[in-house]
Amino acid sequence: MAEATHEEVHRHPAPTGFIRKYIFSIDHKVIGIQYILLALSAVLVGMVMSVLMRVNLTWPGTHIHILETLFPQGAPGGVMSPEFYLSLVTMHGTIMVFFVLTTAPQGGFGNYFLPIQIGADDMAFPFLNMMSFWVTFVGFLVILLAIFAEGNATVGAWISKLGESFAGGSGTVGPIGGWTGYAPLSALGKIAGPGQGAGVNLWIISIAIFCVGSLLGALNFITTLLNMRTRGMSLMRMPLTCWAWFTTAVLALLSFPVLLGGGILLLLDRIAGTSFFIPGGLYVSGALVPNHAGGSPLLWQHLFWFFGHPEVYIAILPGMGATSHILSTFARKPVFGYRAMVFAIFAIGGLGFFVWGHHMFISGMSPYSAVAFSILTLSIGVPSAIKTFNWLGTLWGAKIRFTTPMLFAIGFVSLFVAGGITGLVLGQTSLDFFFHDTYFVTAHFHLVMGVASIFGMFAATYFWFPKMFGRMMSEGLGKLHFWITFVGVYAIFVPFHAMGLLGMPRRYARFDEYEFLKNSKGLVMFVTVAAIITVVAQVLFYFNFFWSMFKGKIAGDNPWEATTLEWTIPSPPPHDNFAGIVPTVYHGAYEFSVPGAPNDFIMQTDGEGITADISGAHGNGGNGHRH
Amino acid sequence: MAATATGTNQVVPVGVGGGPRSKNGNGFHKNGGGDGDDMSLRFSPARYRIGVSMAIGSILMLFVALTSSYIVRSASGNDWRPIAMPKVLWLSTALIIISSITIERARRSLKQNNQAAYGTWLINTVALGIGFVASQLVAWRQLVRQGVYMAANPYNSFFYLFTAAHGVHLLGGLCALTYLLVRTRKARGTIDGELRRVGAADAVAIYWHFMDVLWIGLFMLLMFWK
Repeated sequence: MAEATHEEVHRHPAPTGFIRKYIFSIDHKVIGIQYILLALSAVLVGMVMSVLMRVNLTWPGTHIHILETLFPQGAPGGVMSPEFYLSLVTMHGTIMVFFVLTTAPQGGFGNYFLPIQIGADDMAFPFLNMMSFWVTFVGFLVILLAIFAEGNATVGAWISKLGESFAGGSGTVGPIGGWTGYAPLSALGKIAGPGQGAGVNLWIISIAIFCVGSLLGALNFITTLLNMRTRGMSLMRMPLTCWAWFTTAVLALLSFPVLLGGGILLLLDRIAGTSFFIPGGLYVSGALVPNHAGGSPLLWQHLFWFFGHPEVYIAILPGMGATSHILSTFARKPVFGYRAMVFAIFAIGGLGFFVWGHHMFISGMSPYSAVAFSILTLSIGVPSAIKTFNWLGTLWGAKIRFTTPMLFAIGFVSLFVAGGITGLVLGQTSLDFFFHDTYFVTAHFHLVMGVASIFGMFAATYFWFPKMFGRMMSEGLGKLHFWITFVGVYAIFVPFHAMGLLGMPRRYARFDEYEFLKNSKGLVMFVTVAAIITVVAQVLFYFNFFWSMFKGKIAGDNPWEATTLEWTIPSPPPHDNFAGIVPTVYHGAYEFSVPGAPNDFIMQTDGEGITADISGAHGNGGNGHRH
Repeated sequence: MAATATGTNQVVPVGVGGGPRSKNGNGFHKNGGGDGDDMSLRFSPARYRIGVSMAIGSILMLFVALTSSYIVRSASGNDWRPIAMPKVLWLSTALIIISSITIERARRSLKQNNQAAYGTWLINTVALGIGFVASQLVAWRQLVRQGVYMAANPYNSFFYLFTAAHGVHLLGGLCALTYLLVRTRKARGTIDGELRRVGAADAVAIYWHFMDVLWIGLFMLLMFWK
């Protein structure tokens, strides 16, 4: 009966043991922090890989001592082989997209703040939530295993015992097919080249595991948001962050299963001898591939990109939500056009499902379908522009408080515009024919999906850190971190556009052998120096993060004078968020500078008496007429 | 969408439009009390229903991906050689349709507060579910005896893949049914407990119906899209 009593009040007692409290916790706040720490670890791996790639591109033939020690086969004498470089490209992309850009924004901040912002005491299914993290974590371990299964002869020999298709130890740090893993090469096994044995198998398994973890998370997010909003928290009173996490969850729920399905088919081609993606009469490395016929390599591209395009919105939508939220808070103004922002999020998410073909313009698709994909792609510019103009409208005429989170949020807008604008170039078939597989594409998606999302997460970290740990992060270090990173990422990725215009191809291990790229040496070197400085500057962030956790200035309940529910409770929040009391919401999420109100912000829970109420005066969004 | 204020005395739409304004309760404030502990208001039985609908949505997307691949692949090579359906699959189909009826009976019994009938119908459903799995395995064994292997032909590959993928999800349903049998046969003493019990039974029943419909869809596809 004891259990029934707990169920009745639906409050789990705070766990006391270390393991239940910090490791296998079902508290959404702990799980959120676990996701953030996972992303902070994964991003280190991804960053080291990008620096290694830059070094090889700039100074081909450099002797890197640590590589010789760790990977004697792939980097004999410390000089990386072209295949080693390709595997770095693959693993950099895979780890960054899945274990950083998908985990931190949604699993991390979404887990921590979605329940609090809607006034719930936890996620709808806390146990599933815990499973979702640990499944994702296992996925991360498997992708790390892929590094050593291919890169280390001992681990490779050990993993080869699993079967023929698991042949490892080929001297790379994973597969060499890029994060898109295009068939048929990814479906063939080790005859396709180094890294294509155990590396690809583990890569597929890791992603499949990741899919399952994400699906559990997405199911939980949607149910929580639909079912557990507190009294008075109507949909249109929710913070835009919640809308963004919700839309992201819907995208994940519908797109990850497709990748999972594709992954299963790919794995079967590799280990069960099927021919889903492998065509007949295929010659690889001068030998005819036996026992396969009739498969369709393009089918993999369709399945992959049907997932892959929504995935880029999965990465960036939470950043958009956080940016809207933070801009409004520090501009001390309501979000300009709240309702339009909500619809724009949905429009971006919805259209995202119908544009996957723009990744495949050069696959030989019918020009008619290419035009359809092109038009749909360009139409995403409309909701994106709505969002951008509304962000600018929110900033217009505001007395901006330039805190670190605000700087990063403004940086997000800047990067989103700078990266998004080239989407309009690449979305056109005729231009994409030229730019496809050049550095122009790399520039586009790094700015808009990679760096912009990361800026959204930086903004979110600096903004919510006081709530999560009860202490402020250092503003001085934060601003220094912002300026170096902001200038740094532009210095890295703007020259990429120029390289793309020169025709510099993606994924090549070195450029010094090409006559037409001789003049770009200086540019390549400049980017590398900028990249190294930017990566080193992230030490400031890591230091600030962990130092402030223990030594930062004590933060009050509401250090930013923000309005949403998480700021009504202590920092850090108690185990069940609202200490057993159901909050009641009376206001929208962004009531800043309301004339007649005693403060320049009205908490969502402030009683109705706080301002006079003239009914029927519902406005059409803050329009900047606030003086 | 917040306030638009132009005049000085005018003001102020509270609330962001759209949603109903909540009047009940005296509110929760960071400094103040609320109206006591009403966390039990938190559980609404829709939770399980929403959760299972989302799970169904994602599983459906998985099968959309697999069946689209089936249709694409059936046209992409000249090696498509459909097999004759093992007759035992008709038995499977019959079993799962009947199990859909029994789980519905179980659910109705629970709604009518007939605990004994609820337990009985649940047991019947589990038995039928196990029968379905057994029947599928028999179909596999028959095919293997005839030398019909997965890699021989894309149609075979999809046949094994569909039945296996459906089977895995059905086993999940069997686990859920077993959970119902173990944990929800007895009435619980509390309102909240009862809501959860009925909610869980509802959710599992919906999932089980989905498994039924999914199988029929896959079976039809395998039979008629050759």
